[in-house]
Amino acid sequence: MSVKAIFESMEYGPAPESPDQARQWLQAREHTLLHFIGGQWMEPESGEYFDTVNPASGEKLAKVADGNDVDVNRAVAAAADALEGWVAMGGHGRARYLYAMARHIQKNSRLFSVLESMDNGKPIRESRDIDIPLVARHFYYHAGWAQVMHEQMAGYRPIGVIGQIIPWNFPLLMLAWKVAPALAMANTVVLKPAEFTSSTAVLFAQMCGEVGLPPGVFNLVLGDHKAGEALTNHQEVGKLAFTGSTEVGRILRKATAGTGKKLTLELGGKSPYIVFEDSDLDSVVEGLVDAIWFNQGEVCCAGSRLLVQESIADRLHEKLRKRMSKLVLGDSLDKGIDMGALIDRTQLERINSLVDLGVEEGAEKWQPRCDLPVDGCYYPPTLLTDVQPSATLAQEEIFGPVLVSMTFRTPSEAVALANNSRYGLAASVWTENINLALDVAPKLKAGSVWVNCTNMFDAAAGFGGYRESGFGREGGKEGLYEYVKPFWESKLSKDPVQQLPRFVPVEEIDSRDAPVIDRTPKLYIGGKQVRPDGGYSQAAYDATGKVIAEIPTGNRKDIRNAVEAARATTGWGGTTAHNRAQVIYYIAENLSARSDEFIRRISQLSGKDEAAARAELDLCISRIYTYAAMSDKYDSQVHATPFRNVTLAMKEPLGVIGIVAPEEAGMLGFISTVMPAIAMGNRVVIVPSRHYALLATDFYQVLDTSDLPGGVINIITGDPEVLAEVLAKHYDIEGLWYWGSRQGSRMVEEEAAATMKRTWVNYGLYHDWEDEQQGQGETFLRKATEIKNIWIPYGE
Amino acid sequence: MDVLLQWFCTLERMPIILLLIKIQHMDQNMARPPQSNVQSIKAQDVSERNPGMDFEPDLFGRIRINRSAVERRAATLGRRRSIKRDYQAAWLLKALTCIDLTTLAGDDTPGKVRRLCQKAKRPVRRDILEGLGVDKLKLTTAAVCVYHNLIETAVRELAGSGIPVAAVSTGFPAGQIPLPLKLAQIRESVAVGAAEIDIVISRALVLTGDWQGLYDEVKAYREACGDAHLKTILATGELATLGNVAKASWVCMMAGADFIKTSTGKEFINATLPYSLVMVRAIRDYQELTGYKIGYKPAGGISKSKQAINYLILIKEELGNQWLTPTLFRFGASSLLGDIERQLEHHLTGSYSAQHRHPVS
Repeated sequence: MSVKAIFESMEYGPAPESPDQARQWLQAREHTLLHFIGGQWMEPESGEYFDTVNPASGEKLAKVADGNDVDVNRAVAAAADALEGWVAMGGHGRARYLYAMARHIQKNSRLFSVLESMDNGKPIRESRDIDIPLVARHFYYHAGWAQVMHEQMAGYRPIGVIGQIIPWNFPLLMLAWKVAPALAMANTVVLKPAEFTSSTAVLFAQMCGEVGLPPGVFNLVLGDHKAGEALTNHQEVGKLAFTGSTEVGRILRKATAGTGKKLTLELGGKSPYIVFEDSDLDSVVEGLVDAIWFNQGEVCCAGSRLLVQESIADRLHEKLRKRMSKLVLGDSLDKGIDMGALIDRTQLERINSLVDLGVEEGAEKWQPRCDLPVDGCYYPPTLLTDVQPSATLAQEEIFGPVLVSMTFRTPSEAVALANNSRYGLAASVWTENINLALDVAPKLKAGSVWVNCTNMFDAAAGFGGYRESGFGREGGKEGLYEYVKPFWESKLSKDPVQQLPRFVPVEEIDSRDAPVIDRTPKLYIGGKQVRPDGGYSQAAYDATGKVIAEIPTGNRKDIRNAVEAARATTGWGGTTAHNRAQVIYYIAENLSARSDEFIRRISQLSGKDEAAARAELDLCISRIYTYAAMSDKYDSQVHATPFRNVTLAMKEPLGVIGIVAPEEAGMLGFISTVMPAIAMGNRVVIVPSRHYALLATDFYQVLDTSDLPGGVINIITGDPEVLAEVLAKHYDIEGLWYWGSRQGSRMVEEEAAATMKRTWVNYGLYHDWEDEQQGQGETFLRKATEIKNIWIPYGE
Repeated sequence: MDVLLQWFCTLERMPIILLLIKIQHMDQNMARPPQSNVQSIKAQDVSERNPGMDFEPDLFGRIRINRSAVERRAATLGRRRSIKRDYQAAWLLKALTCIDLTTLAGDDTPGKVRRLCQKAKRPVRRDILEGLGVDKLKLTTAAVCVYHNLIETAVRELAGSGIPVAAVSTGFPAGQIPLPLKLAQIRESVAVGAAEIDIVISRALVLTGDWQGLYDEVKAYREACGDAHLKTILATGELATLGNVAKASWVCMMAGADFIKTSTGKEFINATLPYSLVMVRAIRDYQELTGYKIGYKPAGGISKSKQAINYLILIKEELGNQWLTPTLFRFGASSLLGDIERQLEHHLTGSYSAQHRHPVS
């Protein structure tokens, strides 16, 4: 077109980014992407390769090593070998490497961006302006953590070899999110990129060589699920970090259950985007462009569920349609496009069929008239209105450029609809009313809540899910804990530290004693003493084996009732931390007032002499004090993210936590596990030690006099292993803490895969409950909370 | 509230004139639309001058502008689109045809203004235009913009060129003179040949929330202008918030502005992309409501080609190609033209140009 013609038409025209340098790089690698193991490029043991293509054109970019278990074994061995030297180097040494990596990424940022866009199909603008700068930022930020680890993470040590499996939607960014904190915390890494997108990981590996990273610290195994499985199942891998689908996340949860392997999962989402009537609608529309048409909608935290207040729905939809008409689809290397190609034809087909289903279920589909490139996998931006919560598309993740829209009437209905999902990754809230925004944000079940913004990311703020969007955080200090272990964890014992009394049950009752008034221990549900549903009881013995009472045998229905009672007690998490502290102090006060009775009971059940029993009770009271104290001190934080905003890293209670208390640890075990949970605002359903159950049933009388709302602590006595399984299979509890057998631990983790509940198990090892570190502390509080990052930009 | 809504809906297909009559007779005490943004009415396109409408505070009273979101959009606008090669040259030519070539200095003389006018007539070296194949288009800047005392010089110098003379008015730049003097100034400027009047609004009216006062003032300016086009300078840098910028834009359009303009060039902060976003979105909503297209003029601080391109992208994205014409879009600029000339020469030769190679104004 002539200048004159353009002057008249004022069209944009093509603006191609040159692929030359990236092509030269591929050429230099002979179009062959290899494993990087122990600092060396390695061919696949199988000799097999598969192709990686540019989804915008179908052009083959390179052949990729098809890794298998042998390759993974080599990589893990290299990582294990490198560990000692990497740890010995110290924080400053590691910081220098991470800093060099950040610098190197910046210096080669365009090559990384172009390669990423060619391999993935995403617009060059996004890889250039978002992905790669964030990658560099992650390495800078974590270079800092490496430097100050010894001070800021005192009491924690590296895990060892970390296995990491990442997806294809943000290939290098996901690598950075995983590799940077792992290396900063002195671990070594074996990473497997997605089979569709290995290129930038290989370029990164090359860069590790160029900055002189010691061999084996970062290892790359390419391939598909074979390599992923081998990495998952490798015994020397101490921790597995995965980002991808919830489906695969579940498989990993089951595969690693009971192994003691730490696990973090960042999974799917169906994130709500809530628009109240007092918001800046034009900005809302731009937000939606960034929410659902960013990266072709192939974003786990995409704002894919528009919830708009009914009064403004038509107006917003109209503005949105106009804006959608301006979106440009095209080749990923064109600098003027908004959306590139989808990763693969399978993805295109999946989206097509889901949208068809949505229309079948009554949704109204709208797509702008836009030019789709002839080659490549493209799907136009799509708006589906009239989608009801019951529709498949309101629940299922589409992972494409498809927005579904629903309306609500009131703030509480908005929250209810937003939370009507198995997922909980992110949410956006649009309103110009700060009261409304800060009322709604904490109520949303989501790891990131963006107020008047969307898809904001930074290394200084944790990212991760609630519910079936997975667990664990990446970024921020909260993310570091996923790559360390407390020192005390290695001191857990194979044998019980606190001992159960040994006795042979004495069946006959000594008839010379006059019968005392029969006291009937009961279950404690919703603040009331209730008889067990099954109508059975079992004998409770004292330390000599004499039957001293009968303890109710709780069953699955009792657990169900207890969870319902706990679920209904919504006020506890919302009350002020000061109020919680007051109640908990009051529990200590009332327990202290009844010390004599409890000391006698401890003696009776444990065989301890009075002094020892008193010491245990004193420790219990002290521990209650500790958690009362921490109620309002283990508090939230504001992260220093590089935007004009407040990023509030809010510690929230998990919700309802099931606890299976340590059998051997008596009163102390009960108190040590219940108190941190309720101090952080959780409600608990606790299965107390079977032998010491009477202490728990005595204790509810203390609770009754302490102003604790009914339903915050629910006590179900019975067979811990049986009840643990009921709790593990229950869909409506957010967390499960289990101290019991190895098999029980495995069962708990396996069953947790169904709803991704947060588990904390002991793998059959024993805490020393009297020990300050093993019996109380930060870990207990961290396990009782979940961090939600609320982003609040400001400025008038 | 619903009365008005339903009533609006029944109007959907009514001719725009009827609609306007309705709006003008709208009962002030009537229930109002329930939301901040204006109700959407599919108004037909109207190419005549904006006649304005009755003062209707509920159309803008609850406008909400989120500054951070606006800034994010503004920051990425120019990164989401890329104008290269011939496209860049064509876009820069478009930019120059939208320039109100301006001189507003205490030391302006007839000689200086004559020079400026000649530059407006021949903004780019002929060989460059020939090289680009656009010499037949007879490109000029959109207008020449001067103080009142220099209008006559400019009008004489531009006679026959078709280039209008714009005059700044109403006690420009601060506007701190009595209203009768302001109106007299407008009338005198029109009388000596100014075809466009760039007025400054009284910032105090905005800062004290006297929207009715602002409406009355601008309406009076419009009447004083007669056939001359009215550009209302909001002095955005002195309005404190983006919300005020949006509201002031609305009031000026209701009062009959032909253009809304950001700045005098004399404020501490002049034209910016965020201000522009807010103002063009107000223009878009006004057009959706009434059918009338209001022009937009960013002024002050726009001196580079890259900036100009970003503004054009903003206009194209937010308002559409219809606005990419001097009748609806202007740059208030003095040194932008020089940078465009250098870029155009670079486009032709591949060599970076120098200032002295292009005739000054």
